[in-house]
Amino acid sequence: MNWEYIQKYLPMYEKAAILTLKLGVIGILFAVLIGLFCAVILYYKVPVVKRIVAAYIELSRNTPLLVQLFFIYYGLPKIGIATNAEACGIAGLAFLGGSYMAESFRSGFEAVDKIQEESAASLGMNSYQTMRYVILPQAVSVSVPGFLANVIFLLKETSVFSAISLMDLMFTAKDLIGLYYKTTESLILLVGFYLLLLLPVSLLGMWVERRVRYAGFGT
Amino acid sequence: MEETILTVKHLKKEYEDKTILNDVDLAVKKGEVVVIIGPSGCGKSTLLRCMNGLEKTQSGSIKLREEAIEAGSGNLVQIRQKIGMVFQNYELFPHLTVLDNILLAPTKVQKRDKKDVKAEALKLLERVGLKDKAGSYPRQLSGGQKQRVAIVRALCMNPEILLFDEVTAALDPEMVREVLDVMLELARQKRTMVIVTHEMQFARAVADRVLFIDQGKIMEEGTPEEVLEHPKKERTQQFLNIFQFEKVQERKIS
Ligand SMILES: Nc1ncnc2c1ncn2[C@@H]1O[C@H](COP(=O)(O)OP(=O)(O)OP(=O)(O)O)[C@@H](O)[C@H]1O
Ligand SMILES: [Mg+2]
Repeated sequence: MNWEYIQKYLPMYEKAAILTLKLGVIGILFAVLIGLFCAVILYYKVPVVKRIVAAYIELSRNTPLLVQLFFIYYGLPKIGIATNAEACGIAGLAFLGGSYMAESFRSGFEAVDKIQEESAASLGMNSYQTMRYVILPQAVSVSVPGFLANVIFLLKETSVFSAISLMDLMFTAKDLIGLYYKTTESLILLVGFYLLLLLPVSLLGMWVERRVRYAGFGT
Repeated sequence: MEETILTVKHLKKEYEDKTILNDVDLAVKKGEVVVIIGPSGCGKSTLLRCMNGLEKTQSGSIKLREEAIEAGSGNLVQIRQKIGMVFQNYELFPHLTVLDNILLAPTKVQKRDKKDVKAEALKLLERVGLKDKAGSYPRQLSGGQKQRVAIVRALCMNPEILLFDEVTAALDPEMVREVLDVMLELARQKRTMVIVTHEMQFARAVADRVLFIDQGKIMEEGTPEEVLEHPKKERTQQFLNIFQFEKVQERKIS
């Protein structure tokens, strides 16, 4: 083990970790918005739009992120849309994550009793108020464990960003291995940094799951 | 003569090709307690649900004073604020505390001042013996407590009329009384109420008028004495006999 090497290249990993985190967080943020939008469309069974949403979910879930990224990275410029690698990474993650988030929010919505809507309506709430104050809070808290599992999954998926030359953790490790052949050190740093990113989310997930189960609204 | 609050005229309700309510007429006066009885599936719940626009109707009209109540119409949100509904299974909002359940609609829908509503809510909770539960979540309450909260939640909107759909049917016997007592108290306060129930003793005690519904029609109506003690129609007698029979059976079994 070459500690000098580790010390020397630690800053590079730090930078890469920050990039991974940045792209991951922004991508996931968009994924959440897409997911919520899709879940609400499916909940209200909005004609036509719900079909588009369903098609998107199938497409997104049944193609690898790498393929989606290539599509965005190499495809968009061909039809005249200028992109940079970071935007592509974010878009790819949002495209993939949107469907996963949609699925977990959807199951959250499904867990809310239909008669809650009538209960709210009988108090004079309009459909926006019903969604905002009655349905959404219940649906979201049911979806929290699924949501956190998706966050972990999506953060891990960022490792394919290296394929479109983003200098994320994976890219940095591969690059350094190629340059200096310090495979062990590079991989240890790689694993260490991924753990650093993901372990807190994982622990949070475990904590939340316990709480949600304890809070379990059901009757 | 007291003014009429709710008017149902020639109401007809169908599910697909099945007629559930056929030519129902009903007028509820201010301060009146109308109790609806009838066999399971005769359309009691459907009638109540029509009364606050939860069900589409095929023909006839329902009015709260002069305003028409129609599923899907734009004024429904306004009208429902004046019609309180209490459901069989409470239907409290599980993610909110008792107090927040009660405050939600008055503050968000009626835009009333939170402090005022809170004071009112706590007073009402005290009246039903649940002041100490204001901060609890619904899951921490018994069925009877939940139902009392649901009644307070409806009351806090200051509705002109209250609809109760078998609000004790899901309760353990020992909790039925505490809910019925609250409703009796409301009747004493001259609240306008339409109550669907299978509790015949309670019906006798609380009702100004009893309606017997069968096969989608009001078969018989009158004072509790008239309908429950001396029913004129054979169908009504048969229906009431079922309760007698159930009582005898219960006695034999236990
Ligand atoms: N959504 C629906 N679609 C089709 N039929 C329905 C629907 N809801 C109720 N019905 C039918 O309408 C009839 C009246 O139902 P309703 O719930 O009003 O009866 P009820 O008098 O309240 O009975 P119970 O005492 O069991 O509550 C029943 O025959 C029922 O099967
Ligand atoms: Mg019913």
